[in-house]
Amino acid sequence: MELTDIAIKFGLIVIIFGISLLVAMYSTYAERKIAAFFQDRVGPNRAGPFGILQPLADGAKMFLKEEIIPANATSFLFIVGPSLAILTACIGSAVIPWGQDLVIGDKVIPLQVTDINVGILYIFGVVSLGVYGVMIGGWASNNKYSLLGAIRAASQNISYEISMGLSIIALLLVTGTLSLGEIAKQQHGWHWNVLYQPVGFILFLVCSFAETNRTPFDLPECETELVGGYHTEYSSMKLGFYLFAEYINMFISSAVMATLYWGGYNYPGMDWVAAHVGPVAAPLIGTAIFFAKIFLFIFFFMWVRWTIPRFRYDQLMDLGWKTLIPLAIANIVVTGIVITFFN
Amino acid sequence: MQTFYIIAFLSIVFSILVISAKNPVHSILYLILTFFTFTIHYILMNAQFLAIVNFIVYMGAILVLFLYTLMLINLNKESEPVKPFMVKVAAVFGGGILAVALVSSLKLLGTSAPVVLKDPNLGLVKNLGKVLFNEFLLPFEVSSVLLLSAMVGAVLLATKDKEPKATI
Repeated sequence: MELTDIAIKFGLIVIIFGISLLVAMYSTYAERKIAAFFQDRVGPNRAGPFGILQPLADGAKMFLKEEIIPANATSFLFIVGPSLAILTACIGSAVIPWGQDLVIGDKVIPLQVTDINVGILYIFGVVSLGVYGVMIGGWASNNKYSLLGAIRAASQNISYEISMGLSIIALLLVTGTLSLGEIAKQQHGWHWNVLYQPVGFILFLVCSFAETNRTPFDLPECETELVGGYHTEYSSMKLGFYLFAEYINMFISSAVMATLYWGGYNYPGMDWVAAHVGPVAAPLIGTAIFFAKIFLFIFFFMWVRWTIPRFRYDQLMDLGWKTLIPLAIANIVVTGIVITFFN
Repeated sequence: MQTFYIIAFLSIVFSILVISAKNPVHSILYLILTFFTFTIHYILMNAQFLAIVNFIVYMGAILVLFLYTLMLINLNKESEPVKPFMVKVAAVFGGGILAVALVSSLKLLGTSAPVVLKDPNLGLVKNLGKVLFNEFLLPFEVSSVLLLSAMVGAVLLATKDKEPKATI
């Protein structure tokens, strides 16, 4: 690998990292504005025009607050918890294809950090690791509410990971590859996987709500029962990391859903556009469309949060084990039969 | 090769810490790190699929359940089982004999010629899938049916009885 290639890769990583953080930052603002809209309020409007600087003000507040480590907490693990949460949230973006290859002169720049041939499984690995941040933090706090939150997070995460994996298997039968770059390429134009796998998409969507701990599945931080859940004892930027990790996870899972099921950077009529605007602008338009899809999904996450109330814990487990898993297995069987007889 | 020795050293250090840690939760956390080093070993051997499956299944699922169970049970000093002195002596003696047997058998065996895989890319998903679905189809299918039936059984056990017993 040449030095310029390394520099380009490094630049791409820095840009993606920056965008993830920026999107997460403004997701907090968007969430408050959208909540205000649903509840017929104004929302944050003091910092800057339309309250646009509110995330910066919140960030400054988080950094300047006093940091408290409880006397009976395991102090090392108490710090490891939020660090692990934010770390696992950030590394998921490495395998997502953000756009078609960018051709500048004779240089081809792939808009994907790495296209490993087990891309989907890498995402799953990162997701399954994410729960450790919550578990370790909740346990190290030495507080019964935190511990209950951590235990809830663990069992919820494990339960929904199974149906998530099963819903993906049906998709893999259709695509025949595990690489996210390849899957995005196959959905050229309007051949989006959601048209072939509607049930699989709905299963994946429900599971990603559960995996990111968003309402209606935010039992680990259920205020009405557990004070603050796993982050009851946290203050200042360590609390900020937990909240921030949730928004980055939401961004990454929206990107994964858009890539796997909604065509990624593909859109109908992309060939016509590519022929008219040239090889540099066309991939960038695709990337813009990809981001539009991601933002729609993030909006959907927030829409659900402010519309649907939280499940009870036994309802959550019933849904995961008795509805989603049988449905996912049936989906695999039906997909397999259809592929065998009609292809 | 250098990477292998560093990772192998870390695996051994973490696995020793697993059994020497005083707090059971800490020892599970060391076990997670041990499995993480195993994942790196698989990657070094060019077995990407095994690496990622080890990562998801062992680190991401089984050890989360371990941690979950340990957080639920009461692990106080009082509930710790105390073995009599003679049992401890017998355990040390037995372990020592096992170590001697292992070391001497390894020494007698000598280092065999290193096994060279015919296909160094065997660990990639495509090749592994072809091997599993051609040569080892029956055992693979049987074990997958076994796992599925275990899962269905677990779901069945969790469903409530149709007629709940009369409560007073």
